[in-house]
Amino acid sequence: MIFASVGSMLPFDRFVRGVDEWARDNPEKDVFIQIGGGDYEPRHAPFARMVTLADYRAKLNACDLFVAHVGMGSILQALEARKQMLLLPRDLALGEHTTDHQMHTAERFRGRQGMEIVTTIDELKAGITRLLCNPLSAGGEFSAKASPQLTAAVALFLSGGTPQNSEVRYA
Amino acid sequence: MASGGGHWIQLLRLRDAFSEFETSYVSMFENYADEVHGCRFYTIPDASRFDKFSFVKVWIKAVIIMTKERPHAVLTTGSAPMLSFIILGRLTGARTLWIDSVANAERMSSSGRIARKLAHRTVSQWPEVAAREGVQCWGSIL
Repeated sequence: MIFASVGSMLPFDRFVRGVDEWARDNPEKDVFIQIGGGDYEPRHAPFARMVTLADYRAKLNACDLFVAHVGMGSILQALEARKQMLLLPRDLALGEHTTDHQMHTAERFRGRQGMEIVTTIDELKAGITRLLCNPLSAGGEFSAKASPQLTAAVALFLSGGTPQNSEVRYA
Repeated sequence: MASGGGHWIQLLRLRDAFSEFETSYVSMFENYADEVHGCRFYTIPDASRFDKFSFVKVWIKAVIIMTKERPHAVLTTGSAPMLSFIILGRLTGARTLWIDSVANAERMSSSGRIARKLAHRTVSQWPEVAAREGVQCWGSIL
């Protein structure tokens, strides 16, 4: 099963239409799309505006490929579920978000194991077909918790202390 | 408190930091209550920065929640509507903390920049961004 999601808030019709067209061209494959606030409603795949978080996790765990926008909720949950993911960032110039931060997030995550980031709908469609045949190897164990440094600093702040700047480097 | 989607997931990843405290949660979708069993959970309406009326609705709900809870500390991972809790927290003597989303990898969010002037502490999750914006970095939810 392919689980596709554009998050819960803003429309991302370009993405939804692309995945729907892929579903039309590949009728033998199961596709489910969470479409958020978009105007375009899929005609070739079941969809929901937003599923509950529990249902979202169930669909994520059941899928062979997760296709999504470059939202942190999508990325974090797919990393936690250790699913291969194919991502398309929202484009500020096309009015798909209020800032261009998805492009920046994409740059930070590009090259990470188990994840492929594309920039066009044609690449997205080709990517779905390719990753179903040749799955990416999923990344290693990914904790469902924040870094110990951040957790400790926040706990210290909450109990009245004054955490110091940490020189954290990221993998 | 955290808005829906990634903001909420980031907050959940920080849970160990407040496990020792009596905690109540605020977000935007009722079904999130299932994630925080045993804690009080409230929702506020979804509000975009461009819709003045929905912002009023957020403020009314925020005042009700803060009056009822009287928290010692307010912690949020964003987004903009949660600034209301930072302001109300300041007015009621709570310690206030804004953790800018890890999605803001090049510059702080516009809400984060407002929070920088209002909250006791505002932190970025990226050291370079923190240095550029004149805030601290304590680490990341990754």
